[in-house]
Amino acid sequence: MSAYAATPPRPSLLARSWDLVRRHVLTVYAVLAFTYLLLPIAIVIAFSFNDPAGRFNYTWQGFTLDNWRNWDAVPGLVEAMTLSLQIAAISSIAATILGTLIALALVRYGFRGRSTTNFLIFLPMSSPEIVLGASLLTLFLTLQFATGFLTILIAHVMFNISYVVVTVKARLVGFDRHLEEAAMDLGANEWTTFRKVTLPLIAPGILAAALLSFALSVDDFVITYFNSGSEVTFPLFVWGAARVGAPPQVNVIGTMIFVVALGLMLVNVLLQRRKGST
Amino acid sequence: MSFFHRHRGLTPYLLLAPGLAWLAVFFIAPLGFLAYQSLQSGSFDFGYEFTWAWDNYRDAISTYHEHLIRSFIYAGLATVLALLVSYPLAYWIAFRGGRWKNLLLLAIIAPFFVTYLIRTLAWQSILSDNGYVVETLRTLHLLGEDGRLLATSTAVVAGITYNFLPFMALPLYVALEQIDPRLIEAAQDLYASKLQAFLRVTLPLSLPGVFAGTLLTFIPAAGDFINAQLLGTPRQHMIGNVIQSKFLELIDYPAAASLSFVLMATILIGVILYARVLGSERLTG
Repeated sequence: MSAYAATPPRPSLLARSWDLVRRHVLTVYAVLAFTYLLLPIAIVIAFSFNDPAGRFNYTWQGFTLDNWRNWDAVPGLVEAMTLSLQIAAISSIAATILGTLIALALVRYGFRGRSTTNFLIFLPMSSPEIVLGASLLTLFLTLQFATGFLTILIAHVMFNISYVVVTVKARLVGFDRHLEEAAMDLGANEWTTFRKVTLPLIAPGILAAALLSFALSVDDFVITYFNSGSEVTFPLFVWGAARVGAPPQVNVIGTMIFVVALGLMLVNVLLQRRKGST
Repeated sequence: MSFFHRHRGLTPYLLLAPGLAWLAVFFIAPLGFLAYQSLQSGSFDFGYEFTWAWDNYRDAISTYHEHLIRSFIYAGLATVLALLVSYPLAYWIAFRGGRWKNLLLLAIIAPFFVTYLIRTLAWQSILSDNGYVVETLRTLHLLGEDGRLLATSTAVVAGITYNFLPFMALPLYVALEQIDPRLIEAAQDLYASKLQAFLRVTLPLSLPGVFAGTLLTFIPAAGDFINAQLLGTPRQHMIGNVIQSKFLELIDYPAAASLSFVLMATILIGVILYARVLGSERLTG
């Protein structure tokens, strides 16, 4: 930033120095920004191999594989992870079905109330999580509905629907409707056309939506925190553990989640690249 | 199938019904219950009753205006910082990324693959009193002998910035990527300097991305309580911390509900004003 102040206000020199700034400083800046983005991830992975002296896994004490070997040694951690995976699996399937149906309606049909529907889909994504969590809790409190597994599930389906709609819609918009018309011309009815033509074509979008909602579900803390009752998901376990010093096994699980998610995304990027090159 | 043929106009509504019903019951209705709760009075032991207790709002604002203001200052700072970090980065990927664009983009959203709480805990260890960052800053005398980073506003704002940065970077990238480079070339052919071309062509065309990114960052940031909890002290607590503890620890539902509404209303008004300002700027720019 000080480079601008130092240059005299002659336009050609300003332009030339701007060019120089753009060519090199931008690259340096990008490298620094990437370091900032990736440093904490490196820390998480590194500290999964740490051999902490006390309760706090803050400072590097020495390399060990023990945390990975005994990843399930911390009481409650495996149960929490299992619960998170169960909820993510069920809620992502439910949200994917509900959201895909909405996306189909929004893209394929003109109907009264379309813009209201769009707004309703947009609203949960643009509300602070704490308000979503708190308001859902007031519903359960008022109806005297005990919070637990079922209420976490309800909450996760709720916040995932919008993300599914947006993801599937993106895929449907670029879709060639002539393919469906061709199937109908060849005598297929609406349902057969949907099953044999539409569904296979939008399947990648549906899969992406399912994976996204699975990931959002596993990661969610705030809304779950309000509606979990006595159940403990993985993020809730980390929250509880953080108060007394999180064990390095938390980093082990964190690293596992990171590697799986990154792997899936890498496969996706590579597939897209191959599709682009043919 | 014959049912569908006879009632074709119904099909979209049948497709919408299950999903929208879910949102109506578990998203819209709860907001109504929250409003109802916010106007109740009483106590946890004797039960709460609906009494049109508007005082809850007055009390909430007069007691917690500091937290509210702090939330918006922190969220605003974090949004500006995220914009300053992301814009050049998104620009660099969009115009210099070449065939690596998708992979670089993946690196930007990589933080999202680490559980939110775990990456915040990572910042706790990075900024901790005997960490390298604090030690280096002390050696350089940028920080006093017993100066700290953890448990300060700086740490909380840094944490919020980090945690919501991909929300800023992605829409910026999408907007910048869509810009036709020929427009920038045309500006330069018409004797605009590179700086002028950037200010008159690239920047205005990227404003939709700036708009989306700032909203996507600011809204969750204003309601956040995790960063203030893990990286700050009660002196850095935000409105989210108050709502959370009122709801789940102090069991003061009416106060918590009215605070939630104040938060949401303030955000909504802010967003509308912001949309007006940026909208008119785009017209005149």
